[in-house]
Amino acid sequence: MAEFLKVDDINVYYGAIHAIKGISFYVNEGEIVTLIGANGAGKTTSLQTVSGLLRSKTGSIEFCGERIDHVPAHKIVERGLAQVPEGRRIFLRMTVQENLEMGAYTSSGSVSEAMDYVFEQFPRLKERRKQIGGTLSGGEQQMLAMGRALMSRPKLMMLDEPSMGLAPILVEQIFEIIANLHKNGTTILLVEQNAQMALSVADRAYVLETGKITLSGTGKELAASEEVKKAYLGG
Amino acid sequence: MADFFSQVVNALQLGSIYALVALGYSMVYGIIMLLNFAHGDIIMVGAYATYFAVCQYGLHPLVAVLLAVLISTLLGVLIEKAAYTPLRSAPRLSLLITAIGVSFLLENGAQLLFGADTKSMVKTPLISGTLNLGGVTVSLAAVITIVVSVIAMIALTFLVQKTKLGKAMRAVSEDMGAAQLMGISLNRTISFTFAIGSFLAGIGAVLHVGSYFQASPMMGSMLGLKAFVAAVLGGIGSIPGAMIGGFAIGIVETLVTVAGLSTWKDGVVFAILIVVLLVKPTGILGRPMVEKV
Repeated sequence: MAEFLKVDDINVYYGAIHAIKGISFYVNEGEIVTLIGANGAGKTTSLQTVSGLLRSKTGSIEFCGERIDHVPAHKIVERGLAQVPEGRRIFLRMTVQENLEMGAYTSSGSVSEAMDYVFEQFPRLKERRKQIGGTLSGGEQQMLAMGRALMSRPKLMMLDEPSMGLAPILVEQIFEIIANLHKNGTTILLVEQNAQMALSVADRAYVLETGKITLSGTGKELAASEEVKKAYLGG
Repeated sequence: MADFFSQVVNALQLGSIYALVALGYSMVYGIIMLLNFAHGDIIMVGAYATYFAVCQYGLHPLVAVLLAVLISTLLGVLIEKAAYTPLRSAPRLSLLITAIGVSFLLENGAQLLFGADTKSMVKTPLISGTLNLGGVTVSLAAVITIVVSVIAMIALTFLVQKTKLGKAMRAVSEDMGAAQLMGISLNRTISFTFAIGSFLAGIGAVLHVGSYFQASPMMGSMLGLKAFVAAVLGGIGSIPGAMIGGFAIGIVETLVTVAGLSTWKDGVVFAILIVVLLVKPTGILGRPMVEKV
């Protein structure tokens, strides 16, 4: 299996703060890989660096065999890499349908076909297509954020804390959808604080602590590891 | 009655020019949170362009109009590229000070190049003639000003609500980061916003010259400030708000003039700004301020 996304030795700073300290990881085609860790460990920063919103001072990022670390953020999605950002960040003043259209902004294929696919995955969004984003519930907003990312028919989808702020039953639902997307052939890079849920669906996982990767392994290995249990699984 | 009607026309004529200028203020504020104080001076440049085209080079008024609108649009984009783009991630205050600097540059540059005196187009008006509307005589310039402004506003609303670029503008104004993740180019979208705002200012400039027959280096300063008040009154960042605010300011100024207090009209407009800021800082249609986290 080819390395689909390869992040090699990135260092990211916020002014004088050294947020990411030489991280390397990779995602193979067809995998679900998760980055877990506490608040402030650098999970979101890592994803934002991959999607071009932040820049690394060192190292390289390759996607499908091509360097993307100097590609402008708005050119990344065309390459098949979509991000569902932390806190959903849907366009609250635009309708559900308009939000989805934005997801297909650079897409060359048929927008209505992509939208049909999204509505198939999230029937709730179809019911609410004329509604303004800001009036949706938290769970619906998360679905919209995921649907919006799917509109570009990504090869790799990066999800940043999709469970954040959702009731347990909705968290289960969101993870079911993630597993389902994966089954349909989307490769997934998942960032989560909810380590238990994330490890249960992941093929492989990395543990981030204060800007460094401290552990890595298969989802099962990490779920069984004493360190991870103690720090992240409340055991 | 006839008097009342002609004052209504006056108010709408003045108001539609304020509204066109206020739209540019509001759109730019909506997208990069900048009060573009150089916006009013684009009107001044557009007015000079019209004057020179007609009075110096004897061009056909229609050609002059196209030229003036084109120059205004290009100037707006040029200002954005040269002065504001380098400050994209700078504090908002630096951007504001830069805008004031650009405004001074344009005003004093015009004074240097064209002289401080007012250029009059009374002898060669862009639009002449009158129209008889149900027994009341109104100037053709007034009617054209109102009609053109209304068409421009309808077209703008369509553009922003229905087109792909318009939707991209709304997306960028809500969340620049998320918009980039969608593949929307910030540079292109922001330049496009400046182009539209300056295009409307160019139309405003032509209509202003058509209605009031003059160009002077400082004309954009007061006009721009009043349009700014209009944008704040309507709710800055809101497109329908800018239209409502523009017409409201036009009506107020006309009322004050009709009451025989024309020397007070500027004062009254700025008093409105103070009252709005004290009572409802978000304006008529503005959204409550939410701090982004």
